[in-house]
Amino acid sequence: MIGLKLSWRYFLHRRISILAVISVALCVFIVVVVMSVMNGLVNEFKEKNHRFVGDCVIRASSLTGFPYAAEFIQQLEKQSFVHAVSETVQGVGLMTRPGSSWNVGIDYIGLDPVRHSQVTHFAQTLGYHADHPERAFQPSYAPEMDGCILGIDLILYRRPDTGQYDSPDRPWPTQRTISSFPLNPKGGLARAGLDMVSTKTFYYSDHSHSGLVKPDGRTIYLPLEQARILSGMDAPLVRSSTIHIRFADGVSVADGVRQVQQLWQTHVQSCKDKPYAEMLDDVRVLTWQQDRREFIGPMEKEQLMLTFLFLMLGIVTVFIIFVVFYMIIGHKTRDLGLIKSLGMPASRVAAIFLGFAAIVGLIGTAIGMTAGCLFLWKINAMENWLYDHYGWRVWDRAIYAIDQIPNAMEWPVLACVAAAAVAACLLGASVPSIQAARQSPVRALQVSQI
Amino acid sequence: MGHILQAKGIHKSYTMGKQTLTVLRGVEMSLSAGDFAVIIGASGSGKSTLLHILGALDKPDKGTIEFEGQRLDQMSNGRLNQFRNQNVGFVFQFYHLLDELNVLENVLLPAMIAAGPVGWLQCKKNVQNKAISLLERMGLNDRLPHKPYELSGGERQRAAIARALINGPRLLLADEPTGNLDSKTGHGILEVLNELNQQGQTILMVTHDDRIARQAGRVIKLSDGKIVS
Ligand SMILES: Nc1ncnc2c1ncn2[C@@H]1O[C@H](COP(=O)(O)OP(=O)(O)OP(=O)(O)O)[C@@H](O)[C@H]1O
Ligand SMILES: [Mg+2]
Repeated sequence: MIGLKLSWRYFLHRRISILAVISVALCVFIVVVVMSVMNGLVNEFKEKNHRFVGDCVIRASSLTGFPYAAEFIQQLEKQSFVHAVSETVQGVGLMTRPGSSWNVGIDYIGLDPVRHSQVTHFAQTLGYHADHPERAFQPSYAPEMDGCILGIDLILYRRPDTGQYDSPDRPWPTQRTISSFPLNPKGGLARAGLDMVSTKTFYYSDHSHSGLVKPDGRTIYLPLEQARILSGMDAPLVRSSTIHIRFADGVSVADGVRQVQQLWQTHVQSCKDKPYAEMLDDVRVLTWQQDRREFIGPMEKEQLMLTFLFLMLGIVTVFIIFVVFYMIIGHKTRDLGLIKSLGMPASRVAAIFLGFAAIVGLIGTAIGMTAGCLFLWKINAMENWLYDHYGWRVWDRAIYAIDQIPNAMEWPVLACVAAAAVAACLLGASVPSIQAARQSPVRALQVSQI
Repeated sequence: MGHILQAKGIHKSYTMGKQTLTVLRGVEMSLSAGDFAVIIGASGSGKSTLLHILGALDKPDKGTIEFEGQRLDQMSNGRLNQFRNQNVGFVFQFYHLLDELNVLENVLLPAMIAAGPVGWLQCKKNVQNKAISLLERMGLNDRLPHKPYELSGGERQRAAIARALINGPRLLLADEPTGNLDSKTGHGILEVLNELNQQGQTILMVTHDDRIARQAGRVIKLSDGKIVS
């Protein structure tokens, strides 16, 4: 009772305790804001990557692809843990516009839009056929022609300031010609002479906006069989580049992938005596995270780095608190001597200053949290205001592929930050408190007040 | 009356680096209930040191102290805390009131420490009445909500005496309680102490003012680490 009263009075009477509160509040504020934004960016990025592929991806490591996918797909579709399966054919090519000298290197992906939309969020990325992926390759202006779906940045203009695309109501008539070297199963050129390159013209039927830089910026989606011809995977042996698998609800990615791996082993065994069976050796069964590692990895590293930096910030906070308490308790040594001479046990004396530290920690954390949450709540408004008044964009929309700064506050993160802040205060105060409490009362009373 | 306090062969020395300063070398003394004794001696002769040892604030290097049959020199720190709280009241030269608490709260402090958080809620009313009547006796009845730094030196010392008395200690120890006051104010403090003694309070006081010593019932002179009279 008296301990709590003294803790509170020391808090009110020491101007330095305001400094301690401010330093705690600032640290909490910064950590909350940056952690939330960073977590938001990373989670959003991972989410986009997951939506782009299946839960599990069976991928050829070479552009020649792998054979005997159809049998395996049939087998997969019988499994209860599998929700849907989609195969793709992938290759690299040159894209030109008929009648123009413009050209650009691209990746093309051949897929069945309906099946692929059952496995990934492909349909949702489409500009005009989100509800009818089955018509995604039918140009509305020439339904009988072969359509193509362009990565959004290959066809639409994005305003650098707002990050919005100028998108007309329907695709306009335009064509793209794709040229590619078909490869035979051995990885060599499938054809020789003038016929060495496969070329085909497609009509713009839709575009895809995945929010990922590479698919949006240099990928074109084609009907599966057309892509197969372009890449040479149609003959003499039908091949595929990937099989995407979405698991049934409630099946964990790890479990599902393990089962697929077992099935794949058996499949490889059963194909042992077929021609080109060795191509199956270079095929890997991956989780979606493994498949997208190249993209997710650097982001996660950055996050780890940031967490580490905040750890250092935490150490600085503990030290500041430590110094503040050292000073406060230095000022209060005679009081401590007196309180001990009146018979208060050392543990209760230490508790007075630990209570004081807890008050500093709780109030500082509360202020920092409130300020941080307010800041996050208004962060997009503030960023827009900066842009409107000074033309300054803090986060380039095109680079981060975001429409808004993510500002979701996660309660577990907030709770951890708050607990860590209070713990830091108690830790910083514990050394000087315990030291002061153990001092002999006579010694403490002899100290001249600073 | 019987002895309230009996000290035998008290030794105390301080070591600073290689030097050892022996302050007390075999102090023998006793105090009876109702005594008003004064310790005198040259500056640095160890008066404060002795007072602290007798009040269980400090431990002797050697020797025994018996307080109403209890051996202080054998008590654990925890028991000593309790002992000081219940049986000894200290009055210091520099008052040592806490600036964060008002006068009333300063006086209540030893009682709050004694009661603990739960007990305090039960005895709060009684103790508060007692504190107020003590402060009235000290002439401070209209200064209860004031902070110590708003009081004069004499008023502060009277508040400190009220604090020393709140738990009804058997022994009141005062270390130059008038040392920091002008003679007139100091005289007022002595009158308060005299009055308390007349009501039966045992008091042991340190001073180096001979005039004060002459008024006391008993004078203990400390010289060369021993009691000489
Ligand atoms: N903690 C300590 N460490 C070292 N020496 C000490 C300590 N406390 C006291 N002394 C020394 O012990 C001696 C006695 O000190 P004490 O305070 O008891 O004297 P005193 O008689 O009360 O003097 P005064 O009349 O000036 O108050 C002094 O020489 C002092 O320097
Ligand atoms: Mg002294």
